[in-house]
Amino acid sequence: MKQKIVVAGNGMVGYKFCEKLIAKNELARYEITVFGEEPRPAYDRVHLSAYFEGKTAEELTMAPLDWYAAHNIQLVLGDPVSFINPVNKTITSMKGVVVSYDKLILATGSAAFVPPIPGSEKDGVFVYRTIEDLDLIMDYSKKARKGAVIGGGLLGLEAAKAVADLGLETHVIEFAPRLMPRQLDEAGAVILKDKIEELGITVHLSKGTASIDGENAIKALTFTDGVVLDVDMLVISAGIKPRDELAVKTGLAVGKRGGIVVNEYMQTSDPNIYAIGECALFQEMIYGLVAPGYEMAEVAVAHIAGIERTFAPYDMSTKLKLLGVDVASYGDCYGTTPQSKTIVFEDKVKGIYKRMNISEDGKTLYGGILVGEAENYNMLLQTFKNGIVLPPNPEDLMLGSRGGSDSSANGLSMLPDEALICSCEGVSKGDICGAVRELNITDMAGMKACNKAGTGCGGCVPLVKDLINDTMKSLGKVVKTVLCEHFAYSRQELYDIVKIQEIKTFDQALDQVGKGCGCEVCKPAIASILSSTWNEMILKHAPLQDTNDKFLANIQKGGTYSVVPRIPGGEITPDKLIVIGSVAKKYNLYTKITGGQRIDMFGAHVHELPDIWEELINAGFESGHAYGKALRTVKSCVGSTWCRFGLHDSVGFAIRIEERYRGLRAPHKLKSAVSGCVRECAEAKSKDFGIIATEKGWNLFVCGNGGSNPQHALLFASDIDEATCIKYIDRFLMFYMKTAEPLSRTATWLNKMEGGINYLKEVVIEDSLGICDQLEREMQFMVDTYACEWAEVVNNPELRKRFKHFVNSDEADPTVAFKTEREQKFPVDWK
Amino acid sequence: MEEKEMPNPIEQLQKVSWIKACTTDSIPENEGGCVMIKGKQIAIFNFTKTGEWFATDNQCPHKMQMILSRGMLGDQAGEPKVACPYHKKTFSLNTGECMSGEEYSIQTYPVKIEKNEVFIGLRD
Repeated sequence: MKQKIVVAGNGMVGYKFCEKLIAKNELARYEITVFGEEPRPAYDRVHLSAYFEGKTAEELTMAPLDWYAAHNIQLVLGDPVSFINPVNKTITSMKGVVVSYDKLILATGSAAFVPPIPGSEKDGVFVYRTIEDLDLIMDYSKKARKGAVIGGGLLGLEAAKAVADLGLETHVIEFAPRLMPRQLDEAGAVILKDKIEELGITVHLSKGTASIDGENAIKALTFTDGVVLDVDMLVISAGIKPRDELAVKTGLAVGKRGGIVVNEYMQTSDPNIYAIGECALFQEMIYGLVAPGYEMAEVAVAHIAGIERTFAPYDMSTKLKLLGVDVASYGDCYGTTPQSKTIVFEDKVKGIYKRMNISEDGKTLYGGILVGEAENYNMLLQTFKNGIVLPPNPEDLMLGSRGGSDSSANGLSMLPDEALICSCEGVSKGDICGAVRELNITDMAGMKACNKAGTGCGGCVPLVKDLINDTMKSLGKVVKTVLCEHFAYSRQELYDIVKIQEIKTFDQALDQVGKGCGCEVCKPAIASILSSTWNEMILKHAPLQDTNDKFLANIQKGGTYSVVPRIPGGEITPDKLIVIGSVAKKYNLYTKITGGQRIDMFGAHVHELPDIWEELINAGFESGHAYGKALRTVKSCVGSTWCRFGLHDSVGFAIRIEERYRGLRAPHKLKSAVSGCVRECAEAKSKDFGIIATEKGWNLFVCGNGGSNPQHALLFASDIDEATCIKYIDRFLMFYMKTAEPLSRTATWLNKMEGGINYLKEVVIEDSLGICDQLEREMQFMVDTYACEWAEVVNNPELRKRFKHFVNSDEADPTVAFKTEREQKFPVDWK
Repeated sequence: MEEKEMPNPIEQLQKVSWIKACTTDSIPENEGGCVMIKGKQIAIFNFTKTGEWFATDNQCPHKMQMILSRGMLGDQAGEPKVACPYHKKTFSLNTGECMSGEEYSIQTYPVKIEKNEVFIGLRD
């Protein structure tokens, strides 16, 4: 008979328990029922603040509902376990469901600790724990201007980031005399405070809150020293308290300050009941991090399956990015080990603080702190955990080698194979290198699929990547991305070469850095680079252009072309509509409205193109570049000019954007849109760059994609004005044009980018590479040198000659044939 | 030029009639152009990079489109080729064979340049 397992709680750890049980392939032996209090399946609470940056609840979900179904797990949501009968071994849910168990797992997690401050029940006072909490905060923030967070620890600063991201004036209130009192020393906390205050957040230290004031809704906070701070929203994030009420009711042993007492097998005082995660108290300690929670899940699974595995006091080293500031602390961070000595590095200008505590003989690392820059954290942590002997100048490990570094100097080779790299998933260095050597894993995505390394908190990802690369190098396997057989360079390298060596033609490029005659891969790629660099008339490089760029129109079935004049923002006068209608009628063209709010005229013979464009240009139209790997259209909704919901003039802004970037040649086509409010009628989030009006300005989204692989654009900057928006787009587009592979849309480009959207923000917003001035200058050059290609052709008899089917006659291609359907012409089908 | 196995050996060349197609300056450098000869559309390529001229059917056998003269020139390991604008099927300009793994091929024709005129050799 199957053993019945009931899991009370569907948070990250409760989910992980199920996952690990399934991984043991022992499903056949068990019947699993999971009760969750929240209305949705387990989600990634560690990255909860990503919800404010536009991640959806679905994206944060650990596994979709189908996953539970596929593994025969009964999942009951919105209905927590409310009663345990340990004698009959049954539980009763809040809604009255009774289930019997052989083993019961308590994974009830923790709740936000709310200090007993009078007034905490008032409107506008929140905790920061669940997606529902976040929804409430987001909703309330719309009518708030000034927000405070009680709690200057790890969770409090996370909440402060959220409040700041929502555009509120933000205050952080900490009872202790320094921020993050559990992880940082005084000096480190001062640097962190400075950095946070640079962001416009006010930090109040040594402040006890006496009362939360206001009639129904919060209006102010009164501190114990009598000072009053006016705020209209408050988030309490002062710590966690284990959810042990069920255990208390059942008579299980609990700690003095809460937490369900467990042994090294995660068993509670009732051997058939286990407790794991933040509700469990192991040796007087609550573990509020995800990695030890996962280890507890592993231990409980092992014990139930009859495998020997015990839980040991867990290292609480941690590295995070708080409000954009790297903070890490590991091992004995305060140097309390007897006879330890301390090395400190402090740079108040850059806001960097580093400390390492080492043994008297300088050979052993006990622990340390990093603030402002934590690049070397993983290496320091490994050195500490594995007891690796420190180099003669231990500070090199903390400060980074200054000059002359090579891959052996990053110290990875010194790590033993048993070194735990991903502590969330328990993946060792040996596992990772073995996967590269034996399973041919070559990238992070493959490694994640192979052994889940880096899928938990994500902190080890840089180290895993280094290990993959180093192992591949040792196998002589590193494959360079080259354009084709004619150029042994990537597109990005060629872009730099073209610029630095001032290459203006394809033959020059071939002579200087290529070989052979070129092909259909490198010719259009070089043409695009030449355009993106020198912005010359593209027919100057006609032999390099794909057919659409060669004839400045889109080739269609049967060998005829379609014509799309630019209609910026989709706004067009009746007179211009009539022109399009009469031209289409005169040349017998099939007409259709495009997805980008313009009009496409199909079925033009190649020799008719210049005549058609002459008429269009005389009527004030210009090329729509529908044929180019270039900016296509900037779609818009009607915005505040007509729409009762519109916040700003989205059409006007769309026109401004479209006219700024028209004609811009890029590695692939570029699409954009501007919406006048959050209803998003212009579908800006499906574009390479999309702009959505907010109460306070515009939100800029980047790297979205429609098509076969739809991907929502990610929030890049919030509540910015038009000038800032254009500045960021200038830099973003130029950076894309310089670094993307040929025919790679912005979404693919971002997906492949190490560091992803955060890295992109660092480069484009924070100017981490120091190239933003240059990017802006280069974009301004492109804007200033724009000219309509069709106007040039129409006025140049030599260029007009190119538009012929036969070189020895003026006739049209006699094989072109049309049929009529729905009162319009169509090409006959091809075979 | 190195001797290659072509379907147009010298004996065959002697049996063809040379037909004037166009002037050399009517085909842009490193591009193609289409001529109508005896009711047949022929693509002529001015492979300036190597100084060679080639002629093939204008029709791409993949979707039967009259288009190859608008194709892009290039080489693969030294073999001159043209890529069809529609789906990037490539064909050898020497043999007419498809170089993207398809069974079909295109007809090639001998070309000669006299003064500044292009002649195509057609079998009677």
